Amino acid sequence: MSELFEHFNFAVVIVLMMVGLYVVFASNNMIKKLVGLSVFQTSVFLLYISMSNVDGGQPPIIAEEDLHVAEGGGHDVVADGVAEGAHQAAEVLYSNPLPHVLILTAIVVGVATLAIGLALVVRIREVYGTIEEDEIDALDYEINLEGAAE
Amino acid sequence: MQFMSLIMTVFPEWILTHGAASVVVVPLMFAVLTALNPNAKIAWATVLAVTALCVFTSLGLLLQVASHGPIHYNMGGWVPPLGIGYYVDGLNAPILLLISVVAFLCTIYALPSVAAEVEPKKKGPFYAAFLISFAGLLGMVVTADAFNVFVFLEVSSISTYVLVGMGASRDRRALTSSFNYLIMGSIGATFFVVGIGFLYMQTGTLNMMDIARVLQDIGPNDRVVQLAFAFIVIGLGLKLAMFPLHMWLPGAYAYAPSFFTAFLAATATKAALYLLLRFTFTVFDPSWDFVTTALMILLAGLGILGMLAASLQAIFQNDLRRVLAYSSVAQVGYMLLGIGMATTLGLTAGYLHMINHAMMKGALFIAAGAFWYRFGITQVCDMRGLGKTMPWTMAGFTLAGISLIGVPGTAGFVSKLTLVRAAAENGWWWAIGVIVVTSILAIVYIGRIIEQAYFQPVPEIDGKPVVRNEAPYTMLIPLWIMALSALAFGINAEWTTSLAEAAAHVLDAGPNTIIPGAHDVVPSVIGGH
Amino acid sequence: MSPHVILRVVSKLLIPLIALFALYVQFHGDFGPGGGFQAGVIFASAIILYALIFGLDEAKRAVPPSWVRLGMTLGVLIYGGTGVATWALGGEFLNYTVFAPESTHAAGQHWGIFAVELGVLFTVTSAMVAIFYAFGSRAPELTDEDW
Repeated sequence: MSELFEHFNFAVVIVLMMVGLYVVFASNNMIKKLVGLSVFQTSVFLLYISMSNVDGGQPPIIAEEDLHVAEGGGHDVVADGVAEGAHQAAEVLYSNPLPHVLILTAIVVGVATLAIGLALVVRIREVYGTIEEDEIDALDYEINLEGAAE
Repeated sequence: MQFMSLIMTVFPEWILTHGAASVVVVPLMFAVLTALNPNAKIAWATVLAVTALCVFTSLGLLLQVASHGPIHYNMGGWVPPLGIGYYVDGLNAPILLLISVVAFLCTIYALPSVAAEVEPKKKGPFYAAFLISFAGLLGMVVTADAFNVFVFLEVSSISTYVLVGMGASRDRRALTSSFNYLIMGSIGATFFVVGIGFLYMQTGTLNMMDIARVLQDIGPNDRVVQLAFAFIVIGLGLKLAMFPLHMWLPGAYAYAPSFFTAFLAATATKAALYLLLRFTFTVFDPSWDFVTTALMILLAGLGILGMLAASLQAIFQNDLRRVLAYSSVAQVGYMLLGIGMATTLGLTAGYLHMINHAMMKGALFIAAGAFWYRFGITQVCDMRGLGKTMPWTMAGFTLAGISLIGVPGTAGFVSKLTLVRAAAENGWWWAIGVIVVTSILAIVYIGRIIEQAYFQPVPEIDGKPVVRNEAPYTMLIPLWIMALSALAFGINAEWTTSLAEAAAHVLDAGPNTIIPGAHDVVPSVIGGH
Repeated sequence: MSPHVILRVVSKLLIPLIALFALYVQFHGDFGPGGGFQAGVIFASAIILYALIFGLDEAKRAVPPSWVRLGMTLGVLIYGGTGVATWALGGEFLNYTVFAPESTHAAGQHWGIFAVELGVLFTVTSAMVAIFYAFGSRAPELTDEDW
């Protein structure tokens, strides 16, 4: 049980992922499906961010003092100064910044997908008059029957 | 060798050095220029020029890989694993060429087809979205960074959702099909990114070669690695229409604009299948237990189920494009069966079928679009007498169709024979039985169409038989190029088989852990060029 | 008094500040959380706030849809153009050091990142505003039961 609370973030990830997937599968309404998809994608963001957290780590922003140490070395030893600053910085524990960048990309992708999904829903509403999947199936029933019959 | 070095002199130095990046960058940049363009003809000409340039570049890359070995291209000058690397070798160079050639041929076909199916104001953005989808597919294939794969996967998928929805002016079911595809495609891509996340958790890197190196140290007993493999296989399986994750495919292929269906059917599943091969054989070690089990039971098993179920469903469809779409699912099953065997011959067979199927399906969908263009035909029962009213188009369709069935002398026969030989070598006699049964089912659903076209009388309007009205040349030329290549690769399959064997060689070599120049990754790379 | 006077006055005060904050986030991306995407969304939210308070037509007069279309393509062209420029100067795609090869404090990297983030700002702002315009311009057809 204590493991569950130690890895609480990951438990939340699992819960959100399953909730999101269930909403996608079980919803009749298209907007609700998109909502479920968003919840599902959000759980993935949480997974990445949880993995990037280092115990006792600072936010991954180089602190001011280390930058000044690097600059103070003079022109031709700036390369050394950067290495020195990096060395100083290495003594401070930082959280991993790479998953943050990955998540930014994934968020943008999620936003674009949601925008396209909503645009499709708007068009479907205009063409069919409804956004419930069973009503749309009923409207298309005749023409689908013609397509699958022999 | 000498022939190849002679050809290499044709290519400018710049294309060979930066080709790996330019195949992705050039379509993307021209996509935005096309979006602004109000003139549809100029937009089409731009797309044609860009795809031709990509054909040229990928041919150069293929020749360079064949003569000099794999190409490593470091984006931004940063050496992997610090940076993103692009990697072209015998496995993905043929696929780059395939996607570019199919795009070029479909663009020739697009001139009359898009004019008939897309509203005038939307043609510029339509071509722009096509170029973005094209660039996304090429990027998926050429990159060696796992997260970059996800980015390009989504770039190509999102533009595909838009393009499938554009078919709504012809059939309103395009909108619901596109929505369905969006939901399923996003779930698949998210599964893939979860898998990449687990891999990153355990290995600390995103470059495919570096992941392979670290995984060798970690070994097969790590549960997180097994989980990552599961998520990646399912995510990619959804994109490549592995049964039973194929439900988005019939709707998306049937109701999209015909130009885009022809392109999509020939390329999208192939790119996802390449990724499955790359991850299964060169990132994860195929000698590990869980990978072998997954290959034999999951991939081959679902491949068999897909072949049988989809072929059966294809027989009962009346919409021509749905028949072809279910047939595509069945063909993907063939490829998965070949891959599931995990032997050299099996991998060769699967890869060869990828190349051949792209040509055959492209030709079939182009012909189906031509039938709609001239006569508004979408149902098989309306295809009576097409052998007389559109003889050349129907002949091209027939040629591609008999290649799909696997008549000796056509490309389909070569790949099916290789598959049968691989199954026999492996001792999988039941697989041979399934291949024969599904070929018979293919005879049924293709034969039904051919029977309607050639052996039924021409329909009559007001008592007079319909006049012969052949498809325009811009449609016939790509159709016949693809159909003839299906025939040519069946009569002399040497080139395609050598490409497939080279690819199988790459896969047999196991996990690829080589990154040139990676041993001296120190922060001093900043400023020191 | 119009019932929306508080909203209008407050938003007139806030919208320029939001835009300024967007620029701050944009340029601060090198040293802290920020960068093109975040700044683009904040800037777009300023425009959308204006559209919400003062009406879509007013917003379309302030930021015309043709500008928005142009902005999207301009952003991608700036980003891609930076890469093409690095090609022209002899490096790999997006190898920013070729912009200032003799610099000892990575000035080339600074310029390169500045340029691509600018491109991202243009594209993201325009895309968000375009999405808003596209959805906002659809006239709703609500029947009486739906109300």
